[in-house]
Amino acid sequence: MSAPESNNNCVGVEVRGLKKNFGRQEILKGLDFKVEPGEIFVIMGPSGSGKSVLLKQIIGLELPDEGEILINGESIQSPEVMDKYRMAMVFQSGALLNSLTVGENVGLYLAEHRLKKPDEIARIVAQTLDIVGLKGTEEKMPSELSGGMKKRVAIARALIVEPQLILYDEPTSELDPVSAMVIGEEILRLNKRSHVTSIVVSHDRDLAFGVADRIAVIVEGSIVAIGTPEEVKSKPDPLVQKFLHADIKRPNKS
Amino acid sequence: MFENIGEMLVLFWRTLMALPMTLRQRHKIFEHFFEIGNGSLLMVCVLAFFIGGETALQTGPFLAEKSFGGYLGGIVGYSVCRELAPILMAILIAGRSGSAMAAEIGSMRVYQEIDALRTMNINPIHYLILPRMVAIAIALPMLVLFAILVGWVGGGIVSAANNRIDIPIQAFFKNLQEVVKFQDVGNGLFKSFCFALIIGIVSCHQGLVTIGGPRGIGRSVTKAVVNSIVLIIIFDYILTRVLLK
Repeated sequence: MSAPESNNNCVGVEVRGLKKNFGRQEILKGLDFKVEPGEIFVIMGPSGSGKSVLLKQIIGLELPDEGEILINGESIQSPEVMDKYRMAMVFQSGALLNSLTVGENVGLYLAEHRLKKPDEIARIVAQTLDIVGLKGTEEKMPSELSGGMKKRVAIARALIVEPQLILYDEPTSELDPVSAMVIGEEILRLNKRSHVTSIVVSHDRDLAFGVADRIAVIVEGSIVAIGTPEEVKSKPDPLVQKFLHADIKRPNKS
Repeated sequence: MFENIGEMLVLFWRTLMALPMTLRQRHKIFEHFFEIGNGSLLMVCVLAFFIGGETALQTGPFLAEKSFGGYLGGIVGYSVCRELAPILMAILIAGRSGSAMAAEIGSMRVYQEIDALRTMNINPIHYLILPRMVAIAIALPMLVLFAILVGWVGGGIVSAANNRIDIPIQAFFKNLQEVVKFQDVGNGLFKSFCFALIIGIVSCHQGLVTIGGPRGIGRSVTKAVVNSIVLIIIFDYILTRVLLK
């Protein structure tokens, strides 16, 4: 394994009738959608609409109450399937291990699973950090990084797995517009470079329309629109239009 | 409460099952061992010296007055090694290291670091719990052994220095040697090993079930320390009863 380069084994994801409740609160009300191999699929929706819960179910951190998730047609509920496909997730907060350096964070997967010797891990880590534009930051601690840099380290950590499926949870939240643009370009560049299937959860309209091959809009646990960015933009549904065109109304100055 | 006990037993069982991974996690074990052991050494030393001294001071004048001063070494030696050192050091380590474990793991849980480990197929039991459990299970008995020795020295010095007791240090240790057997020290160390497991499991469990933000972490730390101390005292009675000659 060298620094992640090309990955022709990207996977397709299918979600069928997915439901999730927390107590009496219905979070996901039966979602159905398909993500094609190599596609960048963006899930948009207002805060609290169940987007992050959906991602956690896809990567197996939470179990659905009803329905199923299929990777290349195989249900992820069997542990062998989760082991068979390489998946990675970029968390909203980055979720870097604060007690480890940037280099240790990025190389953690290889080191813990003893996939490479330490000097080889160091070389791969340096290459991967270079890919995300963070060359020479191996010895820094996460607390010394800006929000955007943390997100890019998290992307590097995800890349080291050579994922076939990569999930991004609000990758541009808490970032300034320039850093958000850099992350968006990073997602596009990685997709072009390694053809990895990407599912991006975001409520950032600029990011969604900038990177998506297809978009699904979730409102209150249900998909209200799905299609290419143009199709979603032209959807007359008031819930979709309200979300896509939400602007601050300035009071009239008298 | 019963749910918590059940979860702790499951966590303990899973940690036992992970024991074959101990060698692989040796670097992390050493880091935690150093933090628990070396970081607490000075405090243990001071505390143990005064525990021994206070025990001598409380019992010495009365025994000396009744002409039983010669038995002071045995009384101090026996009570320090079988009871005082194990329980007080366990309470000290629960406050110092148990709280740190709960806070560290709790914050990792709250800030999704544990979820990140799971997405990388890294078992949190192997990576987080096992090293802490093994480290505390080795460190606490070693600290207690050290505390026993320092406690005896403290008792001896106070017995010789206090003019109401006035027992020469040689006489103190001669009686101690006659009364205290290796088995008594072994009992104290066995107790401290059990207390270490209690502190480790309670604190790690509280860390893993942390919810909410900084307030949730604070609540977990408090629970970890209080629950550890309560369980230590209950188990101390049970172990004392079982190990009684």
